[in-house]
Parts: sequence; structure tokens; C-alpha cells
Amino acid sequence: MSTNSRWRALTHHHLFWPVAVLVFLLLVNVPFTPDFFSVKMTGGHLYGSLVSIVLFGSPLILVAVGMTVVIATGGIDLSVGAVVAITGALACSYISHQADQNALSGVLLAMGLGLLAAVVCGLWNGFLVARMGIQPIIATLIIMVAGRGVAQLITNGQIITINSDPYKLIGGGYWLTLPFSIFVVAVVVAVTVALTRRTALGLLIEAVGGNAEASRLVGIRSRRIKIMVYVFCALCAAVAGLMISSNTSAADGNNAGLWIELDAILAVVIGGTSLLGGRFSIGGTVVGALVIQTLTTTIYTIGVPTQTNLVFKAAVVIVVCLLQSPKFRAKVFGAKFGARFGAKGGAKPAVAETDTAASTDAAPKMEVS
Amino acid sequence: MSATTQSPTAVGSRTPSKAQRLLGDRRLPVAATALLFLVMYGVGLGRYQYYGFDEPQVFLNLFIDNSYLLVAAVGVTFVILSGGIDLSVGSVIGFTTMLTAWLVEREGLPLLVVIPIVLAVGAFGGFLMGYVIHNFEIQPFIVTLAGLFLFRGLCLVISKESISISDSAVSSMAEAQVSLGMGFLSVGAVVSLVVLAVAFYVLHYTRFGRRVYAIGGNEQSALLMGLPQGGTKIAVYTVSGFCSALAGLLFTLYIQSGDPLHATGMELDAIAAVVIGGTLLTGGSGYVVGTLFGVLVLGLIKSIIQFEGTLSSWWTKIATGVLLCAFILVQRVMTARKKT
Amino acid sequence: MAEPRPVLQMTGIVKEFPGVRALSDVDFRLFPGEIHALMGENGAGKSTLIKVLTGVYSLDGGTITLDGRSVLFGSPLQAQQAGISTVYQEVNLCPNLSVAENIFIGREPTRMGRIQWKRMRKEAAELVDRLGLDIDVTAPLSSYPLAVQQLVAIVRSVGTGDSDGQGSGTKVLVLDEPTSSLDRDEVQELFRLMRRLKDEGVAILFVSHFLDQIYEICDRMTVLRNGTLVGEHMVADLDQVGLIQLMIGKALDQLEELHDQQLHSDVGETLLTAEGLGRTGGIAPFDLEIKKGEVLGLAGLLGSGRTELARLLFGADQPDSGKVTIGGKQLSMSAPNAAIGAGVAFCSENRKAEGLVPDLTVRENIILALQAARGWTRPIPVAQRDELVAKYIKALDIRPANPEARVGQLSGGNQQKVLLARWLITQPKLLILDEPTRGIDVGAKAEIQKLVVSLSEEGMSVLYIAAELEEVLRLSHTIGVLRDRRLVAQLANGPEITSSRIMETIASGEHQ
Repeated sequence: MSTNSRWRALTHHHLFWPVAVLVFLLLVNVPFTPDFFSVKMTGGHLYGSLVSIVLFGSPLILVAVGMTVVIATGGIDLSVGAVVAITGALACSYISHQADQNALSGVLLAMGLGLLAAVVCGLWNGFLVARMGIQPIIATLIIMVAGRGVAQLITNGQIITINSDPYKLIGGGYWLTLPFSIFVVAVVVAVTVALTRRTALGLLIEAVGGNAEASRLVGIRSRRIKIMVYVFCALCAAVAGLMISSNTSAADGNNAGLWIELDAILAVVIGGTSLLGGRFSIGGTVVGALVIQTLTTTIYTIGVPTQTNLVFKAAVVIVVCLLQSPKFRAKVFGAKFGARFGAKGGAKPAVAETDTAASTDAAPKMEVS
Repeated sequence: MSATTQSPTAVGSRTPSKAQRLLGDRRLPVAATALLFLVMYGVGLGRYQYYGFDEPQVFLNLFIDNSYLLVAAVGVTFVILSGGIDLSVGSVIGFTTMLTAWLVEREGLPLLVVIPIVLAVGAFGGFLMGYVIHNFEIQPFIVTLAGLFLFRGLCLVISKESISISDSAVSSMAEAQVSLGMGFLSVGAVVSLVVLAVAFYVLHYTRFGRRVYAIGGNEQSALLMGLPQGGTKIAVYTVSGFCSALAGLLFTLYIQSGDPLHATGMELDAIAAVVIGGTLLTGGSGYVVGTLFGVLVLGLIKSIIQFEGTLSSWWTKIATGVLLCAFILVQRVMTARKKT
Repeated sequence: MAEPRPVLQMTGIVKEFPGVRALSDVDFRLFPGEIHALMGENGAGKSTLIKVLTGVYSLDGGTITLDGRSVLFGSPLQAQQAGISTVYQEVNLCPNLSVAENIFIGREPTRMGRIQWKRMRKEAAELVDRLGLDIDVTAPLSSYPLAVQQLVAIVRSVGTGDSDGQGSGTKVLVLDEPTSSLDRDEVQELFRLMRRLKDEGVAILFVSHFLDQIYEICDRMTVLRNGTLVGEHMVADLDQVGLIQLMIGKALDQLEELHDQQLHSDVGETLLTAEGLGRTGGIAPFDLEIKKGEVLGLAGLLGSGRTELARLLFGADQPDSGKVTIGGKQLSMSAPNAAIGAGVAFCSENRKAEGLVPDLTVRENIILALQAARGWTRPIPVAQRDELVAKYIKALDIRPANPEARVGQLSGGNQQKVLLARWLITQPKLLILDEPTRGIDVGAKAEIQKLVVSLSEEGMSVLYIAAELEEVLRLSHTIGVLRDRRLVAQLANGPEITSSRIMETIASGEHQ
């Protein structure tokens, strides 16, 4: 294998660009904070920039992982932010009504309640999409709009603060020197990967997203799969909701998880999963979520005023999407470059009626007949 | 020329029956929304008659209090008709309030100079998004999401605090009333109705308007029919950007301040109003008049909740969601029946 | 009669794609007031030639002259403005707009920028009327069936230049397989329109896979093979056999042996029975029986209900009446799953939309049906999976023989083989093949037909649908004849059954 072909194989890998962006962002920090990569042990806990990136990025990773499987089926879930708010509101309001807020059983029950609410939301979304055949973006818009109202209804428009040590563990506690939430994320990601890649679920999801009618005709029960992914996505959002409310020891129906659906979709796109459905990459999504979190951290550390955070985020969205757009690559880097890197992101390849050698981006609609 | 050979039997049977055409009529959802509005208004009259609900001004206030939403929703109607979506509306409105407040208060520019500037900025923002969507074939959802972040971020770059406006030109314009005999409208309400009328004319009596419907109906076909589909798309987002900026100006008049958090999430209200107004989110079918009724219905919900007194504001969101759900389901059932 | 000057002349046309020479040195000419067929098998270069002509592709060599002037089109729009209009197989109109708007959009009559709706509707009605069609121009296009939409597309293309004095009127009309989804009456209506336009002096370039249609309507034909010009002939001077020989050369006799082979093999006991199975708007209730190892061919014109029958049997569409039993067990017909569970496999005629998942690899596409049957919790073990896939790639000679290749990049014939492999892997009892040989090259066609024979010999039942009667005759033990969405006859195949016999049955609609 020559270095050239090895380099090609590397750049062809679907994680190449997301990881490259992540590494670049991390390196940007070094001139400003020379000990950026160091991790210190203080009082039995590990501290460091890297640890905090993962810690603060945890809820986003969770939501984005759930979003990935929904997007892979050709759907989208706009309601995750509302689900985050509802879950946090339910759990906190339940705990706040307990005589002993530290009782483990009460906390577990509260969490169970929150997760249950998420399952209901997921089932509703799944029902509208899979049973009623409503476009996902519209179907999930309903809970996105109404859900925050429900969350405020639960909290009665107030911010509920609680004081519960067991509950605090999920989002703010430490275990084995690391933030507990990192373990939660690790478990959720591992479970997701195992569920999709150790079983045939991943293949079936990709088939449903890649061609819904063909999937029906080979006997895939796509309704069931779609309902499953919406429930799964809502559950991921619920865990994120518990984490956020636990971290702040408060439930804010209005602001908890605000815009997290947009960040999550962004993370999925940065991770290389096409919004059109089909092929997905959980690893890519995790990297994508870390890119977003690193960006936020970087803005803090390099001393740019924090209010410009959103402007940077917009810039990243555009740059990442442009890099994934075959048309942009063809225009800017020339057709050869675009063809070499192939259609990784949003483009569905045109079907060429000749062998593979002839199918390049230079003649996208070629059909020799 | 040879004699005409006809086969009337073969073709005649294919002409759809009257009943079919009525059910398939695209004006039906608009009529349904209008009916819903009337019913809700009637219920409001019955319940709160003695609290002054029957005053004409209560009705006119619907237009005054929702003028900015109407303008924004008209812009969104263009985008949705063309088969796209615009998430940047709320942010552009917020940014416009900030930019206006900043230019007027901090830079001391006269309002008459500021208005064209902010409108141009909004339209240019929309143009940029449309340009990227068309030329690089990136989904509108993502591009306008970037727009949402960008304009909200720019708000914060101007100032993290809200800027109240004390300029006399602004307040006199805000307080100006257009008398209608039985009541009055604000300048904003009049502007919003003019925008609605212009939008109706553009959509139904200009080639550009018909192109918007065409690319919403089938973009690929529109391209093959030789329509300038790219230009139309860019224009649609430009229109939406312009409408958002104009809505931002009306919002500034209404609230008389600029705030980086103004109009957060208003894109959802605008989209909801459009959908409730009977426009298909898939594009190609709908009317701006429907959007007007959608906005009025949403406004009426707010009024009724105010009149009810005991209900908290979050019920607005829940009611909007429920209505949205009902309309989506009805649309779904109707389009499903049309197919078979 | 002295030949008039051609309205269109293409000389020495060359078009290359990376690695492929799609057209080399092709000449083509078109006279005013003639209907000219462009003939050739798949891969001959028909589409490429049309796309070069209409400005979709740029030219790599050669010249095009229109009305004696050298032209070069950068886009379909330019070609259209110069008077070359194209109507494709898929109707490229906007179903949400009215017929009148579809005819006029982009060139609506306006006064000071305002669209004159009344004038537009009147002109549209006049145009439709002049061309001898009876269509309400104010109705939305979506309220008409596909065939009428196709006519509207033609009306639109010839209507170019009628208002505002834009353009120069249509000189050349390109019809690229407009008849493939029309029934017989609809084709006749289309032909009437074509003749009318021909009388008005329009030159029509017509592409169709139906030989009968070519011989019915065309005056002259140009035959292409492998991107080169084989010849230009008057239709009257070249019989069908001669034409087929020009188009495909020697490949014909490859298939001849099959017929005899098939008739010798035996069939077993009853596998599937359908009783009173029907669906409104699909197919009238029918009874059907398929035996083990039997090849049941369905003959009938396009739109006669062949596909609908197959879809009902498979449960792809839900029947309104009747039942299907396989091995004594009645199937639930709400989804294809019950039929699949009972051993029925269905290869749709529409490979791209209903068959393949283009983003997935060859391997993933092949195992999809088997995996769906096992459910998501029981993945096929990796070793077993790779072995199965390798076996079928080899057996069906799928190229490239790379299980990691994306299936969207394969040629039509290989995609069809992937679909076949997908179902064969599940070892079905009944294989439904809906037009498996459509749009694939001659070699792959023969391979697939041979495969059907050997599968039948191994005891698999096959329901075989093909547009070409010969194909059905060659392969089937029994032939079901359909007409106007009814199963009108089931004939046991034998020496006395011929194409003309089946045609008679279709024409008369009776079992004789």
C-alpha cells in the first residue's frame, strides 16, 4: 500500500472530516491555554478542559445520538427540546413534593416518571409519522410547540429548585474520579451501537431511510421500526433532560433544552449522516456533538466575547455544510477534488447505467443508453 | 387539413365530477380555517359578552396586536409554498429590533433613514440564505438554521442589554391611529394588511408568484419546463427576509425597544399560522388569505385566554399545538382521500 | 418526390464520458412533417443522442444544424427557445396547477406585469381544441390520469411561442418513450395528436420500445447500436425481423432453445390458490391457481392489470375482496409480510423506487429480505452472510463482484440480479417477477430467462410478467391473459399457442 492510497483511504473514511475539524478546534486552544490538554487530579476528581468538554457536552451527545437514528429513517425530531423540558419538570416537581428529597426510591420514581412521559411523547410522534403518514418535521412540530406549554404547566410557570443528593449525581456527581454523566453517556452510546450494529436493527433502519417503499416490499415492518426510533430518541432526550435539571438542581420549563434540537441536528449533520436518511454513523454524531461543545469552550478560552458564540456556530454550520456539499466542492476545488472525495454527505448518488468506473461527480446524471 | 377525429367517450369520462372537484378544491382548508375563526369568535361573544368582547375594537385589536406576526407569516407563506422552510424569521425580527434601536438611539439616525437600511439588511440576509440553498444544494432547514444562529448572535454582538427607544418619530408613529369609524387600526396593522394585499397580488397575478407555486408543486418539473427555478428560490427567501425585517420594524413600533431576546421562537408561530391557514407544508398549495385567518385564530386564542383571566399564558402554546395537530390531521386525511 | 431539406441535421456527433464513448461519429437527420423513430437496445446511445440534441449534454465533437443554421445549445431552455421541445416518459408538469397554467407557465399572457387569466384560459382552451383534445383547462392537472397529463405536456411543448411572440414555434418535437405507461386507447389518442402535429409540419422524433407502435406511426427510422449509427431506413422498407437484427445483431438465437426445454418439464401439486381476489381501480376479482414448479406467464397490454394482479397476490396492495391460500393456509393480506412468510417473493418492475436501497451495498441489499424475515433481533451470522452473498454473486455473475460496492452504481442488469439474489436467498416457493428484463441489456436478459427455467425445474413456481409476448410464450407452462384489468383467460402452453393466438384472446377478451 503506497502512502498515497493510504492517505486516500484515510480521507475517504466517513469520520475523517468531523475528526479533523475537532482536532483543529482543540489545537486552536493551545496557544491561549498551554495546559489545555492536561488533566489534573484534585480531591479525587479529575479536572481539565477535555473532561469539562465531555461533561458539558453530555446532554447534547445524548440527544444527538437519539436524533441520529431518527434521521437515519428519513425523519427528524424537533420535539426533543420540549421533551427535555417536560422530563426535567416532571422529575423535579415530583421530587419537590417529597418529604425527604434525598430518598432514593423517590428519586428513582421521579426519574421513571420522566422517562415514562418521554415514552408517551415518542409514541405520539411515532404514531403520527408511522401510522398517520405525516411528514416528521410537521408531526414533531406539534410537541415542539405544545410541549413547552405542558412543561410550564407542570412547573406552574415557576423554576422549581430541589435539593436532592441522589438526583444531583446524574448531572453533577462524580464516580471513579470522573463526572458521572460521562458514564451515562458512555452507556447510552454503547447500548445504541450494540443495538444497531450487533443486531440487524441498523441495517433495517438504513433500509427504511434509504428506500421506504422497497423496505415495505421486502417485509420490513417499517412502522414498528419508526415508532421504535422516535421512542428511543425521546428516551435519549429524557435522560438528557434529567441530566440538565440534575446539574442545575432546577427545572425551568421555558429554557431547559432550548434549541437543543437544532444543536443535535447540527451534530448529526457534522457527523456525516445525511438529513435525507439512510446511512448513519453514531461515532460521527458523537464527534459532531463534541465539535459543537469544543467550539463553545474555545470561544470562552480564546477570550472572544461569549455573545458571539452563536455567530461562530452559524459559521461552523455553513462551513461544514459547504464542505459536505458536492456542488460546493466541485465549484471551489474543481471537479476532480469533488469526485475524489466522493459523495459523503447529503448527496444521493445518481444512478449510472454503466459500471462504477464511469460514475463520477463530473457527470452526475449520466445515463448511457 | 384532415377532418377532426374525436373520441369524446374516451375523454369525457375522465373529466372529474363536480363533487370530486369540490372536495379536491384547494380553497377548502382556507374556508375551514375561516369557519373555525368565526366559531371561536362566536363562542367568545357568547362567553365574554358582558366583559366587552363584543366591542369592534376587540376585533380590530387582533390586527393591531398581531400585525408583525402577519407580516412574518406572509413571508413564511412564500417560502412554504415554494416547498422550503425558513427558521430564521424570529431571529431576523429580533435582530431588526436591535439594529433599529441601536441606529436610532445610539447613532442618532432619523427613522426614515433607518427603515430602508434595516429592510435592505433583512432582504440581503434572506438573499444570502437563498443563494446558498440554491447554489450549493444544502437543505433549507439547515441553512436557515444557520441564519437563526447568525442573526441571534448578531443581536448579542450589538448589545447584550435591551435598548429602549425614546425617539419622538418612533413614538408618534407607534401611537398614530387610523380611524375606521367603529374603531381604529394602528399604522402597523395597516402596513400588515397592505403587505397581505400585495402578497396576494404577487402570488396570483404575476409570473413570479405562479413560479413559486410551480416549484413547490414539482421542482424538477419546473426546472425542465424552463422556469428560472434558482432565481425564484433565491427571490422567495429574499421576500421572507424582507418580510421578517418589516415585521421586526412593526414589532419595534409595537414594543418601542430593541432586545436581543425579542421574538425568540416566533418562526414557530409563523409556521403554525401558515399551516393552520391551510397551506401544505410540502409546498405548492395554499393561499395568503389562509395565512391571515391562521394569524387571526392564533391571536384570538391569546385574546380569549386573556379574557378568561384564570388561564395562564402557557395555555396559548398548548392550544396552538392542539390546533396545529388538528389541522395537520385534517390536511392529511384530505390529501389521502384525493389520491385514491 | 424530391427530398425536402432536413429541418435538423446532426453530423459526426461524438460524446464521451469518463471511460466510455457513448456516441461515436453518429449522423442523424430529421425532415419537417415526418415522424422519425430512434431505435436501439439499451446502451445503444438513444438517450445520449437526445440529450446532446436538447442541450442537456455538451458536445464532444460534430455539428448540429437547425434550419440550415449551425447551433449549439447550452441548456434545454435554449433548445426550447430555438424550437426543439422534449416530452419525457415521466410527465414533467406541476400537478398542483391547472391545465391552462401548465400549458402557459413561464410565458403567461400579461399586461403591465399582470397575468391575464381570462385570456390565458381562453387561449389554452383554443389550443387544446385545435389539437382535437377534450380537456377542461381550468381543472387542476392532478385530477387527470397520467395519459392526459402526457398529452398536456405535448400541448405545452408545441404551444411554445404562441403568445407574446416569443420563440419561433416548435420545429422539432422529441418524444422520449411517452407511451410506456399508457394503455391502448391512450396511445391511440397520443398518435392522433402526433399525426395532427405532423400535418402542421412539425418534425417528430419518437422513441418507443413497442415495435408495433413504431410500425404504426413512424415514417422513417434511425437505428443505433453501441453508440454508432447502424442505418437509416424508411419504415416501409424494413420489416420487423430485419429491424431486430439491426438492433441486436446475433443475440436473437440465444433464446430460441429455451422454449422446447421448458415444455418438457413437469409441474407438481397446487401451491397457491386465489379466489375472487380483486381491488377496485386495480383489477376485477379473479380466480387463479399456481402449481409447484409451474411458470405462470401473464400476457396483456401495459395497464391491463398485470402488475396489479401480482401486487394483490403478494399483499403489496390490499384487496377489497377474495382470499389467497398457500398450502391450505389463508393469508392475511394487510401487508406483504404474510405472503413473504408463506414463501412468496416479489421483484417489482420498478427497481429504483420499489426494489433497491441505492445507498446500501450489494451485500446489504442481498441479505435484506432474509434479514427482514428473521427480524432485527436475530442478525445473520457474519460468516454465513458472507458465504451466502459470495455464492449468489458468483451464481448470478453480478458485476462488479464486490459485495461492498454501492448498489446504486451498478448497471441495470446487475441491479436486477441483486434483486433476484435478494429473494432467491430466502428460497421462496413462488417467485413473482414483474418485468425483470425491462431496461437491461440482451445478455443479462437471456441469463435471467435461463435462470427462470432452471428454477422451475428445481421446483420453484414463478409468476412471470413481461411486456413481450414472445418472452412469456417461451417460458410459461400456463399463460394468463389480461385485458382491461380483468383476467380473461388461462391457456395451457403448447405448440398451438402462438403470439397471434394470445393477441386474439386479448383483442376479443374471451377464452376461446
